[in-house]
Amino acid sequence: MTELRYEAPESLDGAVTLLSGGGGGKILAGGTDVLVQLHTEMIEPDVIVDIKNIPELKRLSEDGGAWTVGAAVSGMNIIDNDAFQTAWPGVCEGVALIGSIQVKGRASIGGNLCNASPAADSVPAIIAAGAIANIVGPGGSREEPVENIVTGPGQTSLAQGELIVSFSFPAKQANSGDCYLRLTPRTEMDIAIVGAGVNLTLDDDGTCIAARISIGAVAPTPLLVEDAANALIGTKVNDAALDAMVEAVRAACNPISDKRGTREYRIKTAGVIARRAALKALERAQAN
Amino acid sequence: MAKKVHVTTTVNGDDYEYLAEPGQTLVDVLRNNLELTGTKEGCSTGDCGACSVILDGELVCSCLVLAAETDGKSVETIEGMADGDNLHPLQRNFLDLNGLQCGICTPGFLIAAKALLERNPDPTETEARFWLAGNLCRCTGYDKIVRSVMAAAEEMRGA
Repeated sequence: MTELRYEAPESLDGAVTLLSGGGGGKILAGGTDVLVQLHTEMIEPDVIVDIKNIPELKRLSEDGGAWTVGAAVSGMNIIDNDAFQTAWPGVCEGVALIGSIQVKGRASIGGNLCNASPAADSVPAIIAAGAIANIVGPGGSREEPVENIVTGPGQTSLAQGELIVSFSFPAKQANSGDCYLRLTPRTEMDIAIVGAGVNLTLDDDGTCIAARISIGAVAPTPLLVEDAANALIGTKVNDAALDAMVEAVRAACNPISDKRGTREYRIKTAGVIARRAALKALERAQAN
Repeated sequence: MAKKVHVTTTVNGDDYEYLAEPGQTLVDVLRNNLELTGTKEGCSTGDCGACSVILDGELVCSCLVLAAETDGKSVETIEGMADGDNLHPLQRNFLDLNGLQCGICTPGFLIAAKALLERNPDPTETEARFWLAGNLCRCTGYDKIVRSVMAAAEEMRGA
C-alpha cells in the first residue's frame, strides 16, 4: 500500500488543491462505497480528501422554492427534512432506498451519483427533478445537468480535481408531482433491477405541460428518456399516452442480464415500473 | 510510515485522545486501540450492521467510518448502554425474550434499536423491521429480536 494521507479541508479551494495534485486524491463523503474500495484495495489513493468539513457541501437550504442540497449531506438528513420531503417526495423516495439506515446515515446523493452505479437509486429521481450539479475544479466553477455526469459504470464526466459541491433543484411549479419507484427481488436492502423517476407538471385543465422521465439499472448509465416524456406532454396522461410512454421507455433500455434479472425481464418491467411511477406522480401533481 | 492522524473524541461520554492510521476504521480503533470490544466487526462492508454505533446522534456502521473522521465528534457504543449494573430495557428484554443466540449481532441490534426508539418511541412492528433491515442475524430468524424491541419500547413508554 502507498503511504496514505487523510486530509479534511475546510474550504473548496483547499479540496480542489488536494485533488488536483498528483492524481492520487480520492474524495470521501459518506464513505459507504469509497471505504469498501479502499480496504479491498480496489483503489490505492495517496490522499483521502474528506469533504464533510466544507460548509457548502453540507448545506441543505431553500430560497424562493428552489432547494440547494450539498453533495455530502447524508441521506437521513435529506429525508428527515419535512419541507424538502414535501417539495420533492420522489427524490426522497430514491434516497430512502439507498441501503440501510446505517448506510443512509452517511451516504450522500453526491456519492451515489459519483460512484456511478447504473442502479443508483437516487439518480433517476434527481435527473427527473431537473437537478443541476454545481461543480468546482482547478478551472473554476461550472454547472452541469445531472444526466450529463455519469458516463459509464464507475465513470463520470468530472475532470481531475473537480468535485460536485451541491445540487440545485428548481422551484417546484404548481400542479407538479414526482415519484421514484424501483423493482428489487427482496423488500429491503437490495439493488434495483429497474428504477424509474417521473416528474410531471399539469396545467389547470389537467393537461401535462412538462415531464421528465429517467430510468435506472437498464443501461450502462441512468437515462433521461425524452421520447417517454414527449409521449405524455400535451395529453391528459390517459391510458393511450401511458402506453406510448411505456413503449418509449422500453425502446431506450439496453440492459445486461444478471442474477437479478434477464435483459428481457428488465425491459418488460422498466415499462411497468415507469407506468406506476407516472401514475403516482400524476396523483401528486393533481393534489398540488 | 504513513502520517498518523491525531483524534480527540468522546466515547460514551469519556474523553479519548489517540493517533489513528489514516485508513484505520472506527471499529478497528474502538476494538484494538481503545479496547472497547463490545462492538463487533462482521462483514467490513456495511452490509451486516454488527459494528453499528451512534456517531453524533446518527446510526452508522463503524466499519464504514474512518477513525480520523471522528475528531471532535461523540461516539456511543454498546459499552455505554447499561447504567452501571442496571441493564437498559432493550438489553433486559433481549435476555428475557431470548432475542439472541450466538450474540455476535446483538450489540449492533441493541444500538440500532436504541437509535430507533430515541427517534420513534412507538414504532409499529413494520417500522421496527424496516429500521433493523441493516442488521443481519443468522441464528434467530429475527422474530424474537423484533418481539424484544417491541416489548422494550412498550416498557419505556410506560416508564
